[in-house]
Amino acid sequence: MSDFLLELRSEEIPARMQAGARAELEKLFRREMDAAGVDVGDITVWSTPRRLALIARGLPDATQPVSSEEKGPPLGAPDQAVDGFCRKQGVSREDLEVREVKGRETYFAVKNIPGRATKDLLAEAIPAIIRDFSWPKSMRWGEASRSTESLRWVRPLSGIVALLGEELVECEVHGVTSGWVTLGHRFHHSGDITIGSADDYAEKLRACHVIVDHEERQDIVRERAAAVASEAGLKLVKDEGLVIENAGLTEWPVPLLGRFDEDFLDVPPEVIQLTARVNQKYFVCENADGKLANAFVCTANIEAADGGAAIVDGNRKVLAARLSDARFFWELDQKTPLREHAKKLERITFHEKLGSVADKVDRVAKLAEWLTSDARAPNGDHNLARQAAELSKSDLVTEMVGEFPELQGLMGGYYAEKEGLPQDVADAIRDHYKPVGQDDEVPTAPLTVAVSLADKLDNLFSFFNIDILPTGSKDPFALRRAALGYLRLVQANGLELSLEQAAQAWGGLGQAKLGTRVAEFLSDRLAVQMREEGVRHDYIAASREWQGHTDARTDRIEARARALAEFLKTDNGTNLLAGYKRAANILKKEDWLGIEGEIARTGEEDPLALVDDPDMKAVVDAKMSERHARELSYTPEPAEKALIEALDAAEPQASQAIEKEDFAAAMSALASLRAPIDAFFEEVTVNDPDEDKRASRLDLLARFRAAVHNVADFSKIEG
Amino acid sequence: MILALHDFWSAQGCLILQPYDMRMGAGTFHTATTLRALGPEPWNAAFVQPCRRPTDGRYGENPNRLQHYYQYQVILKPSPPDIQELYLKSLEVIGIDPLKHDVRFVEDDWESPTLGAWGLGWEVWCDGMEVTQFTYFQQMGGFDCKPVAGELTYGLERLAMYIQGVDNVYDLNFNGGTSSSSEAVGRERRVTYGEVFLENEKQMSKWNFEVAETDALFDLFNKAEAECRNALDADVPIAAYEQAVEASHLFNLLQARGVISVQERASYMARVRDLARGSCEKYAEKMAPAWKEKYPEWSL
Repeated sequence: MSDFLLELRSEEIPARMQAGARAELEKLFRREMDAAGVDVGDITVWSTPRRLALIARGLPDATQPVSSEEKGPPLGAPDQAVDGFCRKQGVSREDLEVREVKGRETYFAVKNIPGRATKDLLAEAIPAIIRDFSWPKSMRWGEASRSTESLRWVRPLSGIVALLGEELVECEVHGVTSGWVTLGHRFHHSGDITIGSADDYAEKLRACHVIVDHEERQDIVRERAAAVASEAGLKLVKDEGLVIENAGLTEWPVPLLGRFDEDFLDVPPEVIQLTARVNQKYFVCENADGKLANAFVCTANIEAADGGAAIVDGNRKVLAARLSDARFFWELDQKTPLREHAKKLERITFHEKLGSVADKVDRVAKLAEWLTSDARAPNGDHNLARQAAELSKSDLVTEMVGEFPELQGLMGGYYAEKEGLPQDVADAIRDHYKPVGQDDEVPTAPLTVAVSLADKLDNLFSFFNIDILPTGSKDPFALRRAALGYLRLVQANGLELSLEQAAQAWGGLGQAKLGTRVAEFLSDRLAVQMREEGVRHDYIAASREWQGHTDARTDRIEARARALAEFLKTDNGTNLLAGYKRAANILKKEDWLGIEGEIARTGEEDPLALVDDPDMKAVVDAKMSERHARELSYTPEPAEKALIEALDAAEPQASQAIEKEDFAAAMSALASLRAPIDAFFEEVTVNDPDEDKRASRLDLLARFRAAVHNVADFSKIEG
Repeated sequence: MILALHDFWSAQGCLILQPYDMRMGAGTFHTATTLRALGPEPWNAAFVQPCRRPTDGRYGENPNRLQHYYQYQVILKPSPPDIQELYLKSLEVIGIDPLKHDVRFVEDDWESPTLGAWGLGWEVWCDGMEVTQFTYFQQMGGFDCKPVAGELTYGLERLAMYIQGVDNVYDLNFNGGTSSSSEAVGRERRVTYGEVFLENEKQMSKWNFEVAETDALFDLFNKAEAECRNALDADVPIAAYEQAVEASHLFNLLQARGVISVQERASYMARVRDLARGSCEKYAEKMAPAWKEKYPEWSL
């Protein structure tokens, strides 16, 4: 048993890739060892910016010999068959043994694969691991890069240490050969370090100012950063992302506390924190009162002779320059009221076919006003909603947002407060981009909801109106995100918003069709969203029609799909679905269209008109009741009669429930049809030789199907 | 400082070249970098390149942001195995002690859609300040770099601030003079960076952000675009490339004037990209037969 050490040394590996690289190294190592039949126990994987290391404890010195026997063709089989068998088994014909199997002489390939030295296996495995290693981005380098076939690695690979016990595992990958030698800290140690085995690896590196265990470095960053802050009477603002990043940027982390000029604290804390974190990877600190302090913690990679004074001073200067930029913007922007900034939006093209951002703002303001005044959305003041919408994009032309685009909205909110605008207007400006991501909070404040919805709706309507739709992976105007934002706003606020009406409010009465197109797109997104929580997409498909049209209300589609999902979890639901499928199949086979078809057959109306013309509903209804009222020419069988009665009862119940959008009640009305339809199929022959009976029964099935369709389009349900 | 870098890189076998005489956003645009990164021939060169970044102007009010500054560029093709060590030595040559200052290689991949180019590398931090951009070019003009070149771009002002220990770029001692008295003469008299460039920053910031006539800029942009195509049609890709560089700078000026929206930006960038990329492509294609003759193994 021996321990194996592998170190892959390279130029600096990006901090964000190190965790993935550790997992990849372990995965590939296990893959290689599994394939070679080597038992692998505990594996430790470490990373620093300049190396990936793997230690596998207790590897066997050799693999077990394996013997196998494969039965081949019988003696006297055609040469082709025998040769093929040999090829497949990787043996020559002379090596085949002949044995008797059930009285037939048969060829056997008997292979005794001797155990192999683990060292030899590793020598083959290491190049395979390196070649197959998958990095988020990889590169070629140096003389070898004359060919595009040269080795790819995250940054140039410069050394391999591979030791099994105390022995070198000799291997070579694209000119890099394995050895005992590695390097220590870039500045604290010069010259080679010779590693003896897995046992002394970490300690030898530590002696040369490299802490190879990333978790230990993370602990140091976490604890020392907090310590230097508390030594100064401050509290570190915790940021685990920064801990990991700084540990990934250093081999010898030394957190140091610095101060910046107190005057910078006039700038909003988000701006300071963003500047410090994103640009400089610094932690920030709070005073005892929880307010941001004029201090930062940077993480150096050296133990400087002067205790880090020069480093802190250098970092202070950099931060000062950044904050000075930020303060310059902060002050400059406030000299102009948001309403003045808004004028500059005229100069910015939103999209060449959609006019300027100012034009967009006008549209958003109109929609926000409609949303509030029509009380379809929240109960906000429509004048304030308009005001918030009109100012919502003003911060885009401020210097601060020009510099830190991720502060859009937030800065508008700050500037609005500074101007003394009403708080809910400032809030709406600040939060109107929300929800952005999957986990982002969804606004509920009335004005914010109105402006946010209006903004998203305008994006959807505008781009759909000029036929710019997301295709495949391309969605340059983030319409899918706008759609998801819309859906979540509607869900979180329980809104019942018709996209047709919204489109008309947006672009005039002629735009109802646009509303329908957007509604279709939103239903698709709704299906994606609900699939993630386990609601099948075909339930959405079954719920997308409302009174013969695409339903323009996503909340209603969702409610119906959810009720359907619940219903189909019950026995009644699944059995009714089965009955429905059976009825639908018979009708399809018989090409029986029922009442609606009869109208078509008799040429009274174009059947396609049914889809679009709401007036036809009255005609169909009239026909239906006429037909239902008609006496049967024969005495119905009991199950037939029972189904008719059940339909007579269920139809109005379901219709009323649908009218009230109580889908659960509609489904339970359908549930009452389950037993009668089952019994009907059990006891009644549809294809009766009596043409009249057959027609009546097919009509009855058509009526059943129509009753079900009235609740949801079961034909869309798969399986 | 420049002389020390020239000495150092010249000793490493680099040609010492002069700046390109056009307005450009970065030393990378110098043909000694872009066009020479193409093809199989070894190429080692170092030069200073003045850079103009209109949107970075701060009217002389920011301690280290400038709309006009100087880069020191080194291009090493193929990238030598000890390129990082060479670079760190060059820092020591100009007076940065890596045991006193925290020097770090922080991921910063470089991508210039404009040039159809990308590379992987780092920004080099000195006490948290980005002082150098370090890139291994992988593609240029849409072609794989065979071999890969290593590019080092030093920010000269920023490095000088470290070495001289000043907080504000305008306080840099430009000539090593020791006396700030107005009586002092000759080498004694200290001239600061501010004395040389502050007024320039103020006026140019104002022009970039407020004055430049945007209709004329749009017009010039269109003309550069047309001329680039004209040059491409005439099979003189180097001339075409110059027009692409010009168009790129005009685009930056339009950006500074704030007249290009986020949405339009993409389309302008695509136009500049077509020009720059087209020029690089044409150049590579034109040179390919000669390169192939010298390096029969090589292909575009």
